[in-house]
Amino acid sequence: MSWPPRVAPRLLSGLLGVVAGTLWPTPAEAHLVTTGLGPIYDGISHLLLSPEDLVPVLAIASLAGLNGAPAGRRVLFTLTVAWLAGGLAGYFTGGFVRPAGLPAVSFLVIGGLTAADRRLSSAVLGVLALAVGLVHGWINGAAIADAGREALSLVGIVTTVFLLLALGSGFVVSRRAAWARLVARIAGSWVAAIGLLMLGWSMRGVS
Amino acid sequence: MKSTPGPCGSSWSLLATALLLLASTETAFAHVRHGQAQGFLSGLRHPVSGVDHVLAMISVGLWGAQLGVPAKWLLPVTFPMAMAFGGFLGLAGIALPGTEVGIAMSAILLGLVVAREARLPLAAAAMLVGFFAIFHGHAHGTELPAGESGLTYSIGFVMATGSLHGVGILLGEVHRWQCGRAALQAVGAAVTIAGVVFLWIAIA
Repeated sequence: MSWPPRVAPRLLSGLLGVVAGTLWPTPAEAHLVTTGLGPIYDGISHLLLSPEDLVPVLAIASLAGLNGAPAGRRVLFTLTVAWLAGGLAGYFTGGFVRPAGLPAVSFLVIGGLTAADRRLSSAVLGVLALAVGLVHGWINGAAIADAGREALSLVGIVTTVFLLLALGSGFVVSRRAAWARLVARIAGSWVAAIGLLMLGWSMRGVS
Repeated sequence: MKSTPGPCGSSWSLLATALLLLASTETAFAHVRHGQAQGFLSGLRHPVSGVDHVLAMISVGLWGAQLGVPAKWLLPVTFPMAMAFGGFLGLAGIALPGTEVGIAMSAILLGLVVAREARLPLAAAAMLVGFFAIFHGHAHGTELPAGESGLTYSIGFVMATGSLHGVGILLGEVHRWQCGRAALQAVGAAVTIAGVVFLWIAIA
């Protein structure tokens, strides 16, 4: 099959735009919340008030829950540890830059897999949790360092990640009704749709 | 005689302490995330503000309700994802010719399938819905007001679209009654007529 003469270059340039927009490192706005209650509460508030971090956590909790209790346990510990490791790496490596489109990719991948509702192996879920944790943790850690705040905020963030994952995946696992599974799938499709739009915005330099 | 402070004295000291604390306020670390809330509200409002969009979204839900499970859930899953793909094309600067015509055609055809209670195969129904969703996403998904957050706009936009499907599914539940079926068919016909008007406007 051959493409019409003008379509192929446009598709190619569009694809290159996506890759560049995703991987291009840009200074990010540090969205760290100051509660006045100390760095741990700042970290907790940050996660709860930042949809770019909160939505992937809830989505992966839902995905893990759809894959059963063992998958939920694996994701719970892998993601939490990866988030902490990524956060520490981001904090100590300084240089606050991030590939602008990567959070969008996590929306897209986690949401797409949730919507598809395919049974995933424990290893695949583990790798996914590792990648998501490292990326989001690194961005958080680098933001904390960039803002000159205490690394203790990471503890608040990671604790909240752990709690949300445990509650979210446990809630989905315990749902036996078919409609509950469908609700999780529909929510996943929304997350994937948001991720696709975010990817487009990141190509335009809008966060 | 030694005087002891009464209840009134305690109140004064409490008030004085409170005033002292208020007077010694520190610099506030106000954290303002510009455009976050507005972005969400703009996104939430946008799909509802266009009649063409509303009719198409609700028709998808109505048709899903007529077709029953699994189409009832598959179509509302397909639409937002295909719509986001259309929005992505728009954001990537890839032109989609005849967007307004496509949107008008979506109202005509979706109204028609509701009016006729068309029972297409599941894949065909999903493809039909997904195809038209691309036009809606391309036209509406990229209209972010300046200074607002793209992320929260997208969240609001997708949530509003999904909620409109939900409204369609709920309304479509009247399908279980004979008079409800007739009412749905009438609504489908009305959507088709509205689509013809949109098409007329788009072409004229």
